[in-house]
Amino acid sequence: MAKLNMVQALNLALRQEMEKDDSVIVLGEDVGVDGGVFRVTDGLIDRFGEGRVVDTPLAESGIAGMSIGMAIYGLRPVAEIQFSGFAYHCFHQIESHAARLRLRTQGAVTVPMVLRAPYGGGVRALEHHSESREAYWAHMPGVKMVIPSGPRNARALMVSAIRDPDPVIFYEAKALYRAFREEVPDEEETLPIGESQIVREGTDLTMIAYGAMIRPVLEAADELEKKKGVQTEVIDLLTVSPLDDRLFTESVKKTGRAVIVHEAPRSFGPGAEIVSRLVEKSFYHLEAPIARVTGFDMVIPLFAREKAYIPSAGRIFRAAVQALETEP
Amino acid sequence: MNAQRTPKKKTPKAERDHVLHLLKNMIRIRRLEEACAELYSAMKIRGFLHLYDGQEAVAVGVMEALTAEDAVVATYREHGHALIRGISAGSILAEMFGKQEGCSRGRGGSMHLFDAKTRFYGGNAIVGGGLPIAVGLALADQMQQRPRVTGCFFGEGAVAEGEFHESMNLASLWKLPVLFVCENNLYAMGTALKLSESVTDLVRKASSYDVAAASVDGMDVLAVEAAAQKAAAAVRSGKGPHFLECRTYRFRAHSMFDPELYRDKAEVEDWKKRCPIEAFSKTLKTEGLLTDKDRQKIEGEAAKEIKEAVAFAEACTWEPVEDLTRFVTSERRSE
Ligand SMILES: Cc1ncc(C[n+]2csc(CCOP(=O)(O)OP(=O)(O)O)c2C)c(N)n1
Ligand SMILES: [Mg+2]
Repeated sequence: MAKLNMVQALNLALRQEMEKDDSVIVLGEDVGVDGGVFRVTDGLIDRFGEGRVVDTPLAESGIAGMSIGMAIYGLRPVAEIQFSGFAYHCFHQIESHAARLRLRTQGAVTVPMVLRAPYGGGVRALEHHSESREAYWAHMPGVKMVIPSGPRNARALMVSAIRDPDPVIFYEAKALYRAFREEVPDEEETLPIGESQIVREGTDLTMIAYGAMIRPVLEAADELEKKKGVQTEVIDLLTVSPLDDRLFTESVKKTGRAVIVHEAPRSFGPGAEIVSRLVEKSFYHLEAPIARVTGFDMVIPLFAREKAYIPSAGRIFRAAVQALETEP
Repeated sequence: MNAQRTPKKKTPKAERDHVLHLLKNMIRIRRLEEACAELYSAMKIRGFLHLYDGQEAVAVGVMEALTAEDAVVATYREHGHALIRGISAGSILAEMFGKQEGCSRGRGGSMHLFDAKTRFYGGNAIVGGGLPIAVGLALADQMQQRPRVTGCFFGEGAVAEGEFHESMNLASLWKLPVLFVCENNLYAMGTALKLSESVTDLVRKASSYDVAAASVDGMDVLAVEAAAQKAAAAVRSGKGPHFLECRTYRFRAHSMFDPELYRDKAEVEDWKKRCPIEAFSKTLKTEGLLTDKDRQKIEGEAAKEIKEAVAFAEACTWEPVEDLTRFVTSERRSE
């Protein structure tokens, strides 16, 4: 057991899976000699060689497409895109091919690949380097969209993603890469893809979030308890798609009030689907309008105004108070 | 920005003025980049910052061949191109500070300098992203019968992207007025050219699309200027696109986060001996075209320009938060 940050935890997952399974291949721009822009693949080339840790030219469409071909032939490619804002080049290959081959061939051809990319703001970078566009992938039938919220679940989900029989888009919050450390066991640990978790129990209000937003959500929940004596239940989705709605719809049946938080733009964002599920499954238990605290419908602004865009604990707190003060 | 093209024959005075102007432009870029590095360390500029030191002769030389009517498309390493194109150092720095007086209203940052007035259609964070856009500008010029050139700058890393190949083919197929300027500094972040290209001779690569192509010493501003003049004249006369490879080198790290594991210090030092500014100064001195006093004067003017620009950027303001969702589309109702 060691205390690792998220970069180290992901590195551990890749290293152990590569040890265990020769078919796991890491590829991408500067993942080898340089060890990746954020150093997630650091040292892998020394341990596994150029045959399994492949530095590619600048060719994101090729990286995605080649991963599909390799996966069809039984390899387990884990491709890195340096920033999720460069993954739009991959979109065609994933949407047109990776996501459809199982369906098209009735399961005869499958694509067990992982596309990793750092996403989200909070590191004061600029557009294409800070965005949160997970909804594109979540909207795509045939791929799974996973977003961990800390070192330990990042490691466990990465192992599961590599072993998953379907294409997995794996977004890693840059803001969390080195934000904090957690105990991460040496021995194998996995987490089921497609299952959310209750990370804080409560009876008065439900907050639903994932990725980098879990931290401000927990902070707001603590404030609510301290200042208002409110018990907030927090659900970490961990997988955005397929969306596990069991925990949060049950939770809202109990609390009657929900706040959804994501840094992705508001309109047609993941929150919209979560609201729909709540309306479908928890409607008669709702005691207040469902609140969404999200990014704005725009490209994430530059560093000076980034704070205004990304949901903060304060904004979440205020939305929660409003939801709590609404009389049914 | 230089509106007139180099006349065929120059008087000795005009010749001297011209070379000093080229030298000064390179020095202006270098001093701007030095200021950027400092301001980055002082946390006035955040995010990613890609500096142009070592490559100044390319932007300065090529811009001489473009007129005010022509268009420029650049990359994320574009501060120098923007400056020489005529965007003020103040509005460039304000942009990097994220301030609303910046040339992109503080929304683009270092990688997205834009200015419609000077037809500077952007820095672009996406490697290769500018090429098809440049082809589109040129296609519009052709359709609307304007004798303009679109100067499209990109690094050699972009040559591996699909967009490069689509763009070369389209421009060649329809004989479009694009001057493709490939700044070959041998590395794309940590990846050496020989590790990313099956054919490292980029002129051969461009020629395979039947695009007229040439290679030039990108550390020599006069050579770049001459090659660019020749290529731009051909493009302007309707002969179709040209590809100009400028062989150059970036002296600094790729960006402010780069451990530089991929190249030897000795290699960097060797290239620094060919610094486009110092090498050119030396030649000019030998030829009696530059005195120490001239250099001092140039340095003084450049320092003043940058100092004033920093002060301007400091004094600029941040956009009100309520305005952030303006300009997303032509009309937007508030929530
Ligand atoms: C589509 C895309 N992929 C990856 C990146 C990350 N990236 C930024 S610059 C760069 C290297 C580009 O090299 P080159 O085109 O040679 O330009 P140089 O940096 O040498 O000026 C990479 C890989 C990006 N910005 N866009
Ligand atoms: Mg390069």
